[in-house]
Order: sequence, then C-alpha cells, then structure tokens
Amino acid sequence: MSKLLTVSPSPHNYGKDTIKSLMYGVLIALIPTLLVSLYFFGIGALIVIITSVLSAVVFEYLITKYILKASPDIIDGSAVITGLLLAFNLPSNLPVWIVIIGALVAIGIGKMTFGGLGNNPFNPALVGRVFLLVSFPVQMTTWPAPIQSRLQYLDAVTGATPLGVVKEGLRNGEQVSELVKQIPSNMQMFIGNVGGSLGEVAGLAIVLGLIWLLYKKVITWHIPISMLGTIFIVSGVFWLINPEKYMNPVFHIISGGALLGAVFMATDYVTSPMTAKGQLIFGIGIGFLTVMIRLFGAYPEGVSFAILIMNAFVPIINLYVKPKRFGEVIKNG
Amino acid sequence: MLKTFSKGGVHPPENKLSAIQTIEQLALPKMVSIPISQHIGAPASPIVKKNDTVKVGQLIAKSSGFVSANIHSSVSGKVIKIDSVVDSSGYKKQSIIIDVEGDEWFEEIDRTPELKKEIDLSSEEIIKKVGESGIVGLGGATFPSQVKLSVPRGMKAEILIINGVECEPYLTSDHRLMLEKGDELLVGTQILMKALNVDKAIIGIENNKPDAIEHLTKLTKQYQGISVEALKVKYPQGGEKQLIKAITGREVPSGGLPIAVGAVVHNVGTAFAVYEAVQKNKPLFERVVTVTGKSVKRPSNFMVRIGTPVADLIEAAGGLPEDTGKVISGGPMMGRALSTIDTPVTKGTSGILIIPEGESRRGKIYDCIRCAKCVSVCPMGLEPYLLMKVTEMQNYERAEHERTMDCIECGSCSYICPSNRPLLDYIRLGKVEVGRIIRTRKV
Repeated sequence: MSKLLTVSPSPHNYGKDTIKSLMYGVLIALIPTLLVSLYFFGIGALIVIITSVLSAVVFEYLITKYILKASPDIIDGSAVITGLLLAFNLPSNLPVWIVIIGALVAIGIGKMTFGGLGNNPFNPALVGRVFLLVSFPVQMTTWPAPIQSRLQYLDAVTGATPLGVVKEGLRNGEQVSELVKQIPSNMQMFIGNVGGSLGEVAGLAIVLGLIWLLYKKVITWHIPISMLGTIFIVSGVFWLINPEKYMNPVFHIISGGALLGAVFMATDYVTSPMTAKGQLIFGIGIGFLTVMIRLFGAYPEGVSFAILIMNAFVPIINLYVKPKRFGEVIKNG
Repeated sequence: MLKTFSKGGVHPPENKLSAIQTIEQLALPKMVSIPISQHIGAPASPIVKKNDTVKVGQLIAKSSGFVSANIHSSVSGKVIKIDSVVDSSGYKKQSIIIDVEGDEWFEEIDRTPELKKEIDLSSEEIIKKVGESGIVGLGGATFPSQVKLSVPRGMKAEILIINGVECEPYLTSDHRLMLEKGDELLVGTQILMKALNVDKAIIGIENNKPDAIEHLTKLTKQYQGISVEALKVKYPQGGEKQLIKAITGREVPSGGLPIAVGAVVHNVGTAFAVYEAVQKNKPLFERVVTVTGKSVKRPSNFMVRIGTPVADLIEAAGGLPEDTGKVISGGPMMGRALSTIDTPVTKGTSGILIIPEGESRRGKIYDCIRCAKCVSVCPMGLEPYLLMKVTEMQNYERAEHERTMDCIECGSCSYICPSNRPLLDYIRLGKVEVGRIIRTRKV
C-alpha cells in the first residue's frame, strides 16, 4: 500500500472544451462561407485564401519561435482562423504580395506584438484588412463580378458592390427607387451572386455558420443579434423618414460585411466583452456605428471600422458592466 | 417546466455508477482512528485516555464551544493512544485510536428496526438531543446541526428544505438513503420541522433520480406538510444558496445566512441521522459512503463506522485498481484528493472516488482567451477570470470589491475553462488573504 497518489485542489474533472476544440468549431462554421466563395469567385478566391492562411500560419510560427522565443502552438487553429477571416475580407483579384502584407500586419502587428492569442485588443484580421484598405485603396475596392470571373484572377471583370452603387448614386443626387434597379434584389444578395469580398458573397452561408456556432455553444447570441438588430432598427428609422434617400433596413443587413462581421468578427472572444450585458452594449455600438458610417461617412462600408472602434471600448465596458451578482444587497437611497 | 437556479451552472457527466447498489454494512475494521475535529468550528476535547475501554455510541470527545460537536465511539474496544493522524485535508489532526474488540453497543441505543413515528420531545429537547448526538451537516459541509436549528432572535424560519439533490457526479449515498430509508428520513424531517417550528418542508431532488422522486412522493402522502420538488439537473444545485433559489426563488443576500430569507436547509443524510438520534437514541457514529470510480471493480454504497480507514472501503469494493492516480474524498467537483488511503472516514465523507492515472493530471495552462465561459457558468454572478488576475497581482482590495468572498468554491469556472487556467486555486488564495484583511479591519 505504498502507491504514490496525485494530490491537487478541486475540481478533479474538467470539461471537454479546449482552445483547439473551440477554434475548430469556428473553422467548421466557416466552411459554408468558404465553399460559396470558391463557387462564386473560383480561382481568384482559391489563390487569395491559400496565400492568406499560409502566410498567417507561417508568420505566427516564425514570430513565436524567433522573436518571442517560445514553442509555437500553431495547431490551436487561431492563426488559420485569422488567415481565413482576412481572406474573406479581401477581393478575389488582390495580388498575392498585398495579401501577404495583410497577413503580416494582421498576425505581426494585430496579434503577436501584444503577446499572442488572448492578449490582443483589436481583431487581428480586421487590423490587417483596414491596413490594406487605407494603404491600397484602389486594389482593395475593385470587386470581381461573381461567377463570370471564376476562371480569372488579376484580370477579373470588376464591378461595384451594391453598397458602393448606392453610396455613389446618392452622392450624385439619384433616388433610391432608381438605384435599386441597378443592384441585385435582397433575396439574390442573401443566396449569393453579389460583388464584394470573398466572405460577403452569400448571407445564407454565414447564417448556417451562425446556427452551428450557437448549437455548439462556441458563441452566444448576444453580439450577433444585438448588432444586427441595431443595424435594422437604426437604418429602419432613416428609411421610414425618407425611403427615397435611405435604403431599406433589410438591405443594410444582408449587404456588405454586416453578417460576416456580426457572426465571425465581432464575436472574436479575445476582443469582445466578458459579460452578457457588456456584449449587448458592444453589439449595439457596432450596429450604430456601422449605419452612421454607411449613411454619413466617406466609405460605403463601415463594419470593419465599427468593430475596431468598439474593440477599443472593451476594457472600459469590462470595468463598468458587471454581471448581476447572486444575492446582491440593494442599497436604498 | 422543472425548477432550477437561474444563474450559471455546468453539466459534468453524471457517472452514477453505484446508483443501483443497495447499502451494505461494511465489516468492522480492526482499528479505527477518530479525529476530534470532523466538523466546522472548534475541535472537540477528548474525555477518554489510553487503555480506557469504550462501547459503541459512547461519548469520547466533548463539544468545546457553541460551534463544535460531540464525538462518539463507533466501535467497542480499547483506546490505544491519542495521536495525530493525516485526515482528508492532508493535515495531521488529533485522533482517538481504538483497537476494536467485539461489537458491544451502549445499552440506551434502540437497535430494533421498527419505525417510530410519534415525536415525544419538544422543540428545545430536540435541538439539545441533536447537539448531544454530535450531528453535523452530512452533505459535506459538516456544520454542527444544532447551530442551524437554533434560529437567531428576531428571525423566523418559514420553510425547511431537505437537500436530496446530490449534484456531485458519481456520488449515490443520498440517493440510496432516500430509496432505502425513506420513512425514517421523513420522520427525521418532521422532527426538524418541529424543532424549527415550521409547517412546511420541501425535499429537493434532481430528476436524474426518478425512482427516489417517485418513492418519496408516494410516502409523503402520509406526512403532513412535506412535499417533493423534482429539479432540473444542473451543478451546483446542491449548494445551499442555489437550492434555496431553485425552490423558493429567493436569493440569500451576499454575506448572509439562509435564515435571512426564512429558509433552513438540511441534507437527507442529516435528516436520517436526526431520526436515529431522536427516535432511537443513536448518536452519529456511522454513515453511508459511496465507493466508486471507472476502474473500481464493484462500485458500492456502504454503511461505514466513522474512523474506518479508507483502505478498508476500497478493499471491500474490489481493491485499489492498478491504474489509480487519485483517491478523492467526496465528489470530483468539490472533493479533496487524499495523500494516503490510510485516512479515516469522518462524518463529512460522502464518497470515495478513485480516478485513473490518465485523468488525474491537469492539462497545460494557456493564456486566457477571454471566452467568458467562466463568467457565464459562475452560479454566484462573479467574474472568475478577473478574480484570478487581481489575486495574481495581489490587489486584494480589488478582489474584495469584486466580491471574491461570495465564491462558494464549486469549481464550475475551472471545470469549463478551455485554457485549463487554475481559476479556483487563485480565488481560494485570494479569499484567504481578503479574509485576513477583513478580520484585521474589525479589530
């Protein structure tokens, strides 16, 4: 009876969730979007996605090993997600070297400068994307037309996104009722066939991912629903005021990066608040800022900026928004 | 819709391997070591000395304060020595070591199996009897029961809640007791109701024990004022505050006692012990202990004399498995890992769980990825990630401000964390420091 026993404080059993399992949960949720982007944008999508994912993984490996001098843990899947999300935020005709720069900024500046997974204040993929947008505005805003540019890469036929068409048209004094004839219907946009970034092509695929993430309890409903709900309500108010000057709320939800942002970007664990209440505030803030930028800003699309701005508010939200404590004594007066 | 508590909680695999095993009387040990501190509060003071002969049920150590408990001999025989023995906390505790000779019971104990329903004692007499019999909370907290029955002046108990939740995975001792000693524990419940002067008692049972719910529901028809409430399975529903919330919807205020919302909670094991003490004059010297684990040959429920070495129980359940890594006193969520299986069974030992080597070590710790799962599972509405961080930084003032003292140490946060962070370890450390600060402030 001299067997040496292991002794440690409780608990003695652990849940099944690991960083790896949660990250793979996100990757599985990204599959429908991946497939539709390949379907609509073909060879260009393939090149951009492979370049982005590979360079994100390689940069994370190199930085961890040679700069942080730690043992690289690439298999946790987070670099793959960053690379994939970055690719989903890029047009399919973007030259390889620009994609590589984007991945370097996303991983190098967005994530590893702060100490790696868990410590970055801003969503790394969006840091990369916004860096490219302000550095290469022309390449980042020429959008290949879906399906017809399947077999082309750099020489793809390009066109404006619906949000771009609307922004440009309204600026030139056109009416909404004329503009809607130039863009696909809401239903068409939802099932695909719309110019834009790789991941924005079909809302339906993103919704499938959302259902999976909620079912697997990888994320909760708070951020996506509050963000989309706010976009719907705020854009809806403007639409009710003047339907000839402002697009309808459904358009605002399914066009551009609203769905992609709400489901995959704003819900990033590391850069979103810790309490349910805080997540609601965060989602509402993103929704509000998105609509403001779309309606009154210089850019046709504002999801990336809105998320990054709200990322900056996360520490202060965590400081002031507390969960309701059990047995909280309500002080009178 | 079944009731449950509203905030947080987790669903660890239940693994109730021994649920169908009837309670067996464990053979008498050759020797027992009975620690004089098996309860919360002051250790009892021994009243026997070396070479004294004792009988089963004889008082051997006296309660030494308001919050303390009497200790009785669980065997008959000769006191060999009073020495320090390692108990489940891992520390050495003063213990009375008795060499077992025969099985001679104290004459006053009624050993007949007949159910005795009439309650002759008055409220005060019951409380006194419970104190004399050395009864403590048998759910694991081991708080002296007579203290819980003495309602402070100016407060009034409205409802008695009997805790049959047994939310810890693996453990089945309360489950078996409800099935096999249903009438006794219902009479025990009536005795507790009389002591507290309440006319309503609810037995809370999670609905993973449908047989116990059905059995007790049927029996309660003959007992005025007692009913059974089936609860939705969720850990830590057996926590006192969570159970009160689940059943009454009331929240015990932070830092307050259950009586502040008119509730008193006792475990089913305690209710049974109260029956035996009051109706059969039998002090607390034995209890039901589950012996279980995935590689245990014969998962069992034993009626065990206090002071029996854990090794004897493991032997009776088929021996210590080859692949043993950890031996836990209690359940996997809140139990204590034993450093040796020579540790004696005490009043608070609800189970012995043997965990294989492969599941005994914690995983590698990663950085917090801020997934917020610890916040969402905390049944007290705390932020475990933050409490760990401020404790690491030794910012105890902030830890107190963030209500670290509210933590009930259920372990849900450490259980759920995908980064294997030792959240509860740090929170415990912080609580010790904050507790010290609060005490010095009062002086």
